[in-house]
Amino acid sequence: MAQLKLQNLRKQFAPNVVPVKDISLTVDDGEFLTLLGPSGCGKSTLLRLIAGLEQPTAGQVVVGENNLTHIPPGDRNMAMVFQSYALYPHMTVAANIATSLKIRKTPPGEIQQRVHTVADTLGLSHLLDRKPGQLSGGQRQRVALARALVRNPEVFLLDEPLSNLDALLREQVREELKELFEKQNKPVVYVTHDQTEAMTLSSQVAVLLDGLIQQLDPPSRIYTHPANKFVAGFVGSPQMNLLALECQGDRAILGDFSLPLPSFSPQPSGIDIGIRPEDLSLATEDDKITVQGSVSLVEHFGRELLVSVKIKGSHHTLRILINPDLQWEKEDIKLAVNPHRIHWFDEKTGDRLNP
Amino acid sequence: METDTIRRREKQTGWLLIAPALLILAFVFLYPIGRAFWLSLFTQNLGTQLEPVFSGFNNYARMFGDGRFWYSLWNTSVFTTISISLELVFGMTFALVLNQAFWGRGFARTAALIPWALPTAVMGLAWAWIFNDQYGVVNDLLFRLGIINEAITWLGEPTRAMFSLVVADVWKTTPFIALILLAGLQSISSDLYEAHAIDGATPIQSFRQITLPLLAPQILIALLFRFAQSFGVFDLIQVMTGGGPAGSTEMVSIYIYATVRRYLDFGYGAALVTVTFLLLIIAVAIAAFFLSKSRINISGER
Ligand SMILES: Nc1ncnc2c1ncn2[C@@H]1O[C@H](COP(=O)(O)OP(=O)(O)OP(=O)(O)O)[C@@H](O)[C@H]1O
Ligand SMILES: [Mg+2]
Repeated sequence: MAQLKLQNLRKQFAPNVVPVKDISLTVDDGEFLTLLGPSGCGKSTLLRLIAGLEQPTAGQVVVGENNLTHIPPGDRNMAMVFQSYALYPHMTVAANIATSLKIRKTPPGEIQQRVHTVADTLGLSHLLDRKPGQLSGGQRQRVALARALVRNPEVFLLDEPLSNLDALLREQVREELKELFEKQNKPVVYVTHDQTEAMTLSSQVAVLLDGLIQQLDPPSRIYTHPANKFVAGFVGSPQMNLLALECQGDRAILGDFSLPLPSFSPQPSGIDIGIRPEDLSLATEDDKITVQGSVSLVEHFGRELLVSVKIKGSHHTLRILINPDLQWEKEDIKLAVNPHRIHWFDEKTGDRLNP
Repeated sequence: METDTIRRREKQTGWLLIAPALLILAFVFLYPIGRAFWLSLFTQNLGTQLEPVFSGFNNYARMFGDGRFWYSLWNTSVFTTISISLELVFGMTFALVLNQAFWGRGFARTAALIPWALPTAVMGLAWAWIFNDQYGVVNDLLFRLGIINEAITWLGEPTRAMFSLVVADVWKTTPFIALILLAGLQSISSDLYEAHAIDGATPIQSFRQITLPLLAPQILIALLFRFAQSFGVFDLIQVMTGGGPAGSTEMVSIYIYATVRRYLDFGYGAALVTVTFLLLIIAVAIAAFFLSKSRINISGER
């Protein structure tokens, strides 16, 4: 039973370069934690801190009962897959996979057996004698994975392992990864800036911004209950509609229309709201809360149309996903808003207000 | 068919473009080599009133019994082996140091090149003075440190003279090797070292399993260049010892120079040149063979 625990980790490179500010989290056996965030938010740095490639300025890395903060990377029993794969170019695939075992003085017979088992699992058996230079991107990626798996480590660390693959291959490998790591039953920390990967693979997602965890939750909850405006805007495609509105009494004013506020105390004077494009629909007779506007842009978004609607009497635009079979008026389109699907955020802090 | 004509035309243009270079090369290399070989088939010395008399391979036969030639070949080999080995070790050390990030690295990299940029004759003179038995810095330092109490004749004793030459040569050409190796080091991605560290390797293991194999082409290139230069070393020896004492630092090039310019034995000198040239070519060919092999190894493909 190995639990990876980070306690108040901080990394400061220079007085004003602090990619990791204060991060605490735990990852249990069999848990797949994804670090999700925009470029430069400190994901790789955090992973390197866990691996021991960087020394933290403050805080601790603990696995099980052992404090590993000052243990060199080779003695942490963690395996890492690099974004660039970092395969040894002068060694064959077999030697690449076997390196860590050789360094640990594993008996040759056992090395051979373990290399072959892993190579079988990942479909690399026919490539064992090749050099990395003779492999395709997807094959290299699998060699990098094999190198991590063969060690049977206590913790797996993966830094954007799929970012060099094309979209189709990525989808396929994603599935394989999921199965593979479910079997391993070890803590996995996975870095990505691709939210689809984060949503499909993980049991927990940590959304990072500026070296701080914005939200740490299961993927579905990140989607349905974003903890703040940043998470709301970052997760989900097409992006959530985020509007800053004025409030009058218990209503938020949107152009010529208004939305009922949940009961906040005290009543705010302004508020930020978020509505996902798929939570808007074309209004029918029965809908109570509706807004009207004119269409400014129509984009094809997979099976559906993404329609931008400029709301009457305001400068705000709402984007809505519409089934292409439906009929609507370009100049005067009426949208229904489901009040239960509106996300309310504090105007100043950006924090979520409704439960 | 289409591509064939294109390729043929490209080939023609190619030959046309390198023709001037080939002509010049033929003129400055091929002709002198051919001329030297031709001359080596004649006896032309004071004994023949400096008139060329055809003597076939007599000059080559004479070489086998010429102890001085073999001695000079031995000296050259000793000098080359020791100095290149030391240069490789020091050059690697410097390259590894200069590859680290530290304050003033840019300056250090430039400064390290100065010995290489100096004219050999000038720095040879300087080293001759440094090793001078009466006024030299080395003896002075040793005196002051109390290590010796009477002057050592550095350049007047066979072993010490060779030692002094090696020191001067190492001082001058280590930067050259360091620079070539540094360029190689910079092309090795730091990811590899990090991955290796996570695999559990110590820095020494990383050096042996990552740095050395990936640096093999640069090491071989440096060795190749240095071997060719060192085997034909002339100016440094001429300035510092002139081949002495008693021929103990006489290199092949010095001996050839003496044969031709001092003894005016042109035919024999030409034969010496031809043989030395062949030895060099063979050694370089062997090195080049290994070089092409290591290239294939590194990239995993031809
Ligand atoms: N060794 C370093 N010295 C100084 N600054 C660094 C160093 N490493 C990273 N940084 C800075 O830390 C910040 C975070 O970098 P990091 O590599 O962790 O981002 P990331 O979230 O992995 O981004 P990406 O998605 O682009 O890989 C960046 O602004 C980067 O410039
Ligand atoms: Mg990164």
